[in-house]
Amino acid sequence: MATLIIDGQEVHAEEGQTILEVARENGIEIPTLCSHPLLEPYGACRLCTVEVIRRGRSKLQTSCTHPAWDGLEVKTRSPAVIEARKTILELMLSRCPNVPVIQDLAREYGVTEPPFPAEDPDEKCILCGLCVRTCHELVKADVLHFAESGVERKVGPPFMEKTRQCIGCGACTIMCPTGAIEILLEDAEVYKEKPLGPTSAIWVPSMQAVPRVPVIDMDACIRFRQNDRTNGEIVDACGACQMLCEADAVNFEQEDEIIELDVGAIVVATGFEMWDPVQLSQYSYGRSPNIITGMEFERLSNAGGITGGEILTAEGKKPERVAIIHCVGSRDHNAHPYCSRICCMYSLKQAHLVRDKTDAEVYEFYMDMRTFGKAYEEFYERIQEEDVTFVRGRGAEVDVLPDGKLRVKGEDADLGRMVHADVDMVVLSTAIEAPHDADQVASLFGLSRSEDGFFAEAHPKLRPVETNTEGVFLAGTAQGPKDVPDTVGHAGAAASMTLALLDKGEVTISPQVAVVDEKLCSACKTCISLCPYTAISFIEEDNVARVNEALCKGCGTCVAACPAGAITARHFTDRQILAQIEGLFRLPAEETEAEAAVEVSVAEAEGVRS
Amino acid sequence: MNGTDFEPRIVGFLCNWCTYSAADTAGVSRLEQPPNVDIIRVMCTGRVDPVFVLKAFREGADGVIVSGCHPPGDCHYGEGNYKTFRRMPLLEALLQQYGIEEERFHWGWISGAEAPKWAQLVRDFTEQVRELGPLNWKRELESKED
Repeated sequence: MATLIIDGQEVHAEEGQTILEVARENGIEIPTLCSHPLLEPYGACRLCTVEVIRRGRSKLQTSCTHPAWDGLEVKTRSPAVIEARKTILELMLSRCPNVPVIQDLAREYGVTEPPFPAEDPDEKCILCGLCVRTCHELVKADVLHFAESGVERKVGPPFMEKTRQCIGCGACTIMCPTGAIEILLEDAEVYKEKPLGPTSAIWVPSMQAVPRVPVIDMDACIRFRQNDRTNGEIVDACGACQMLCEADAVNFEQEDEIIELDVGAIVVATGFEMWDPVQLSQYSYGRSPNIITGMEFERLSNAGGITGGEILTAEGKKPERVAIIHCVGSRDHNAHPYCSRICCMYSLKQAHLVRDKTDAEVYEFYMDMRTFGKAYEEFYERIQEEDVTFVRGRGAEVDVLPDGKLRVKGEDADLGRMVHADVDMVVLSTAIEAPHDADQVASLFGLSRSEDGFFAEAHPKLRPVETNTEGVFLAGTAQGPKDVPDTVGHAGAAASMTLALLDKGEVTISPQVAVVDEKLCSACKTCISLCPYTAISFIEEDNVARVNEALCKGCGTCVAACPAGAITARHFTDRQILAQIEGLFRLPAEETEAEAAVEVSVAEAEGVRS
Repeated sequence: MNGTDFEPRIVGFLCNWCTYSAADTAGVSRLEQPPNVDIIRVMCTGRVDPVFVLKAFREGADGVIVSGCHPPGDCHYGEGNYKTFRRMPLLEALLQQYGIEEERFHWGWISGAEAPKWAQLVRDFTEQVRELGPLNWKRELESKED
């Protein structure tokens, strides 16, 4: 532990710390452009120059490289320091006259005009080497280096040519203090940021999630990309998040793992997917960045999103007119015939957000406004009072005009004529649909699916959370489109169904099971290989097949196959079924008599009336 | 009895989980279908003993339908429909030997979600059997017995 004095304040330093680090820890501001806590100090920009007094002798030193020795006295704002920084900034401003961060610093030190004419007024690089150190120490791509020397010194890839070593991670552009580096996206190898997707490789998927844990996008993360690209040669690239995480929570070793559990009940809550509006080309989705889906709008207006919650067009401007089109992919026989149930309300909410955050005019193209929930109609009325224009009729088409504006065409059924609106942004309220792999989930759990692709409940009215497979329940949109209150209700019902099942401690099995008449069993073992549940076993000592009633599900396959007729399906016995068949063909005679009697009485009644 | 006022009697053996629920849905949805099919519910088409089909014809049916869950994977019991898949072609061959036209016997798959397909099958199959006319198997057998 070393003790030193900075600007008259006594401070303590750990072994190996620099003056700059100690000063920052104690809230003493020292300007710097080329230092970064994750990188080795380099002392290139010289702005962190301070006066270091040791054994009565004073010297100007860069605080980012000078160790915080015991007994030092440091002055960060003495006249000598100010004078030195001013000279440094004069030279910097002469080299880069048009970089805002340098202009601001220079102004702070009283430098308004560069003392020397600039060779190139567009020069932005101050040759601090932060990018070189980032590329070498963190990314480990070693693409950027200093080249030449003296006045010719510059930064770039070898021979200033494109190199395959560059993975286009963009770390250098983020690190560069003066904005001198630009990334040009050229080919597929370069990570293309999703338009309204995550803004960095480590992000929190849902800000409302508990626990709120970030995840690493392995396709975007520099560490994983370098590892993949070099077949494991560079395994320790970047790791900035790990270095900075005080809780030491970042674990790059973590992998997907399969955990096997023995359970008594399963709740299938696999949710939904958003339907892709590219499939209906009339909405021009993908042809303009300002045609977005409702989900993308949520991302846009989210305070944690790329615009910080501001509703902006792709050009970064506030829209003047916004159209919201309902039922895109829903209630449409070219996509999904069903109503997605959530879109009317979220479209109204989004109209409200646009009105609240911008002055834009809002056009809602709707067919029917389905405000079915509690207080939903009241919300609709409130939005009507917020100067939103409602056009009754499906938005038929979106055209991208040559000037980039968007023209929404549709029929106004109330006016009985075609209308169009030229807008800056179109929000498509797209349908929700069953996940693309619902068929695999269905066969995994023995579920059936209804016509719309969602999982089928055991009974549409009386058993809405149970399935035909005992012990498997449905919750939420896995069963069909639902809004949040309905989902919560449905999930609560599923949870109590599972609790009721588990709490009993025993399982009620169906009485429809197969039984073997052991006197008739000829021990042919045909049934044993047929049973899908291995419920039939052969008892060697008795030389008969026997059914385990707890395992038998009562399908009756063995019954139909038994050559000796020894197996009976309870409640579906041969006698019962044959009697049904006989009964069917005994009916007509009786029925005809009864029908004739009815006809006679009807005729009599009519005769009386006339 | 000629073709026009002949109403065929058809027996349908439907599995509880797929085609029976499709037929149920078809009824609840009020899909239009002729009343000629009498349904006998079995838990699985794997339960359909070929004897049932023969018995239906013997008792006077003009046509028989056996319908269950789509293979692969739809069967509530995993593979019951595969048993049907193997048995029914054999039964078909047997029926022809008895002189019963193959158009009088239909076996196939209709899932619980395919109510319209069930209604369509009932319409088409009823017309198909109507065109063939009555089977009169019962009368013939009884006359031979006498």
